[in-house]
Amino acid sequence: MNIDWVHFSPWAALTGGIVLGVASAAFVLVNGRVLGISGILGGLLVPQRSDASWRVFFLLGLILAPASLSLIAPELVGTPRIDAGNVSIVAAGLLVGLGTRYGSGCTSGHGVCGLSRLSPRSLVATLAFMASGFATVYLIRHVLA
Amino acid sequence: MNRLSEFLIGLLFGWGLLISGMTDPGKVLGFLDLAGAWDPSLAFVMGGAVLVGLLGFTVAKKRTRSFLGSAMHLPTARDIDRRLVLGSLTFGAGWGLAGFCPGPALVAMGAGIPKAALFVVAMIAGMLLFEMLERRIKLTSGASSKRT
Repeated sequence: MNIDWVHFSPWAALTGGIVLGVASAAFVLVNGRVLGISGILGGLLVPQRSDASWRVFFLLGLILAPASLSLIAPELVGTPRIDAGNVSIVAAGLLVGLGTRYGSGCTSGHGVCGLSRLSPRSLVATLAFMASGFATVYLIRHVLA
Repeated sequence: MNRLSEFLIGLLFGWGLLISGMTDPGKVLGFLDLAGAWDPSLAFVMGGAVLVGLLGFTVAKKRTRSFLGSAMHLPTARDIDRRLVLGSLTFGAGWGLAGFCPGPALVAMGAGIPKAALFVVAMIAGMLLFEMLERRIKLTSGASSKRT
């Protein structure tokens, strides 16, 4: 196995991870809810639901994160590297939207919160989307390319 | 008070995604590319998050009310079924295709990245497609399967 030492950033990753954990712990303790992005967003698209306001406020915070962090610590806001073309982006978005709702969660809900809850269901989901992610990248970068 | 805390926690979660590098698809794909030059950073993100999350959820499981007095909305579904596995496999394929999962895509959209905005629009379309399919299944079978 080849480690990419140029991009490997254990301290930033660990620090950011701890912040994600603090936010997830705070959300369940203070508001009594699981911090799962696909569920929070998807819940807005379900007809006849009257709990839109907390979802909107949470998502507003999420979207304003880059602007606010660049005021405090601009060096922490990097520029994303996006290789995928527009067609792949649209296909990926459709798959992620459909898949996360069908599987009841994403990296935050199943990955962070589910594993923290020691949920066997979320462990299975996390292993499944990780395996599928590994396989997809292998196919794209080493078989089709 | 509730709305303020939801907003601030959303903000904090977004900061975590930015600091950890999860909002950079290049970094995410570097982790998912086991056969190439592998960037293990994402494992440290998950490790740090779950370490703190474990403490939070251990306390949360023992409570009947949240700190702000609302009911605890913890998931109740326990079955490992086809929906869970197929849905997660589908999600993983999309994740590997572009390097975005829902949270980082929303944050990157907030940073004004056009491709992230395009991804979010497609993701919402995918979620709406799910709602349509769900309604059709419910209409034809009469069964309701509600999960969180």
